[in-house]
Amino acid sequence: MKKVNYLEIEGRSRGFLALLGVLGVIVLAGLSGMYYMEHNGHYVTGMDNQIVWGMPHVFAVFLIVAASGALNVASIGTVFGKAMYKPLGRLSSLLAIALLAGGLMVLVLDLGRPDRLVIAMTYYNFKSIFAWNIILYNGFFAIVIVYLWMMMQASMNKYYRAAGFVAFFWRLILTTGTGSIFGFLVARQGYDAAIMAPMFIIMSFAFGLAIFLLVLMMGYRWTERPLGDEMIRKLKNLLGVFVGAVMYFVLVYHLTNLYATEHHGVEKFILAGDSEHTPIFWFLQILVGGVVPLVILYSKLGASRLWIGLASVLVILGGLAQMYVIIIGGQAYPLDIFPGMEIVNSSFADGNSYHAYTPSMAETLLGISGFAVALLIVTLGVRVLRFMPDSLADKDVDPHHKG
Amino acid sequence: MSKSEAASNGLSRRKFLGASVAAGASVAPGISLISVANAKPVDQAISDEKRWGMLIDTNKCAKGCSACVDACNTENGLNTGDEQNSRQEQKAQWIRKVDLRDKLTGHEVSLPLMCQHCENPPCVDVCPTGASFKREDGVVLVDKHICIGCRYCMMACPYKARSFIHEELTNQVENTPRGKGTVESCTLCVHRIDEDTNNQRDPACAEACNTEGHKAMIFGDLKDASSDVSKALKQHSSKAIREDLGLNPGIRYRGI
Amino acid sequence: MKYLQKMLVLLSVVLLASTTAFAEVPSPKIPKGNAEQCVEPTQEMRVNHMEYILHQRDETVYKGVRTKQHSFKECINCHTVKDDAGKAVNFKDERHFCNSCHTYAAVKIDCFECHASTPTAKKDGKAHAGINSLIKMTAAESNNNE
Repeated sequence: MKKVNYLEIEGRSRGFLALLGVLGVIVLAGLSGMYYMEHNGHYVTGMDNQIVWGMPHVFAVFLIVAASGALNVASIGTVFGKAMYKPLGRLSSLLAIALLAGGLMVLVLDLGRPDRLVIAMTYYNFKSIFAWNIILYNGFFAIVIVYLWMMMQASMNKYYRAAGFVAFFWRLILTTGTGSIFGFLVARQGYDAAIMAPMFIIMSFAFGLAIFLLVLMMGYRWTERPLGDEMIRKLKNLLGVFVGAVMYFVLVYHLTNLYATEHHGVEKFILAGDSEHTPIFWFLQILVGGVVPLVILYSKLGASRLWIGLASVLVILGGLAQMYVIIIGGQAYPLDIFPGMEIVNSSFADGNSYHAYTPSMAETLLGISGFAVALLIVTLGVRVLRFMPDSLADKDVDPHHKG
Repeated sequence: MSKSEAASNGLSRRKFLGASVAAGASVAPGISLISVANAKPVDQAISDEKRWGMLIDTNKCAKGCSACVDACNTENGLNTGDEQNSRQEQKAQWIRKVDLRDKLTGHEVSLPLMCQHCENPPCVDVCPTGASFKREDGVVLVDKHICIGCRYCMMACPYKARSFIHEELTNQVENTPRGKGTVESCTLCVHRIDEDTNNQRDPACAEACNTEGHKAMIFGDLKDASSDVSKALKQHSSKAIREDLGLNPGIRYRGI
Repeated sequence: MKYLQKMLVLLSVVLLASTTAFAEVPSPKIPKGNAEQCVEPTQEMRVNHMEYILHQRDETVYKGVRTKQHSFKECINCHTVKDDAGKAVNFKDERHFCNSCHTYAAVKIDCFECHASTPTAKKDGKAHAGINSLIKMTAAESNNNE
């Protein structure tokens, strides 16, 4: 094992510029979508007084959750002392910051009054989980940047372990906060569950690692830097464990609800209803996002990087589906304002059937652009600073490598 | 207005206002002696010695009657030409009529539903900026000056009492400022109940219900044992909607 | 921020004052209010009106104080500008009292995204003038006589 040598990417190739161009176009599309929404008001979106959080929140929450998960790779090296993961720490931290920035951009631009962002930063209601999250997000940026600094400046390396610990605990708190946004909503049948917080942490492990794997494999392929098979094997096995863990949490969540009679309604709605949420749950979240990736990762297919990449893409798709079912599905199921009573008539859509939601192009583009912003930050980041080791070949990074 | 005109009026606007404020303060004790309602002098801050609330008798509430909804809309300038672009599911509604049927017995009731002005409001807990707040006298409001339009309060409210404004408005009434990108809900007509004792009026919905002759909505101070609403609450059994949540709403119902 | 705003307003006031000396500098046409005098000296209001409005805003929203002295509603009532047809113009019209100066000074305000910028027509103008108003009238008269 030799000393790791980090190097900027060259960034002059046509492919590099094309990548920047494509990402830039997606960002622009998202921003025009946002301008259209904010100029006219939210009436141009699919959101209404029933489905108050829509597509932007699906993407924003996914990205924020994935951000803390992307940092996990760095934590495994620093906190759990796995030598092989240490060279990945810088890229992992950069990706974490980038994903959080992308997610927050989407979240903020969907506000009714994004021009009042300064109010969100200056007026705090400390009982609000949202307010905690604002502090947690800002803190995450600061802590991860310090962590990166400790990693990247030789003279500060001695503090790097301490910074890594702080970052690890902070990210656990952050995802707890994100999960609690939903977990603490007592009135809604689909939420109001303490399991939301740990489930979000496990989800972050899976989503963050899937995105990290893709960025890592593409980054090393496009820059023609060596990336060892052992490294990939370790990461894909880890991804498999996380995907399995997410499915376990989903199982426990639904089993708990199925046991309690008062939750039968919402369970029937999600698991066996006639809305889009049922096929999205079974087909996209469970099959495409869970079962198929597990089969790929643990079968012979898991030896191929192409298949590992595909599995990662599927985990991301499944994750977005899961967010959709949690966020939109949770709102689509009508509030049980009068338990035991059937609503015969109401002028405010209180009926017993679910609330439909048809996302508009603008809000979906805004959501997708969050991904583009994150990848743009990563692409530019590795171009100007030394985030990526020039070699991740097994002989260079694996302490147990037998030449 | 020329100077001579002002002199002939005998009183400039400024002097008039200054004098009236001074007079208001000096006669305040006298007013409280003859007061029958539980209002306060207009220049005095609200306090937690009062808690505004309402008792809604669903036995008196007529199915198909929407006098309270119409009165609210007129009073607060809702659905009066603005919100042209918003779909029905996007339009603001502060109070709505809901008809219910008991799943087991088939018993039907009709009732108005609006912000329940909880003692422990979830919307206030979750609001990141503190825009969603509870006044000392128990009225739950949105300070639209610091609302950023995140809609978390709408996620948290068990009564779906809040509306988000989905487009630019131009026809607001002076008593009820409301605008694009912020959240709003029933204010219990604070602009009416904050008035001087003698100008104080019930919220528009309750007033309309009385005018209509149903008298299904009794408004008043829950902390004043001699108020109509307190007396009625003491005499009859009543319930809060979603009582299990322990939010202790200021709006209570009979017959549900 | 507030300091900056104040400086901007001061600057515009200075600019206004200088229009007499330099006739070619365009000056805003600020309509007069409908009363002899404002609730505070005009010069004070020019510089600090937003402070009064902001203070009263929190008094009203949080404490339910609805005195008329510095109330936004009364600003609008008194500073109404009518068009040729006798109808009050709203904030989007360049003749509107607030707009006339804010456009000139290029200070963007969002008050009228929510607040009505014209008085709301009263269905029953005198209906709510109760005993208090009478007391005030009497007190004001005696005050005036002194």
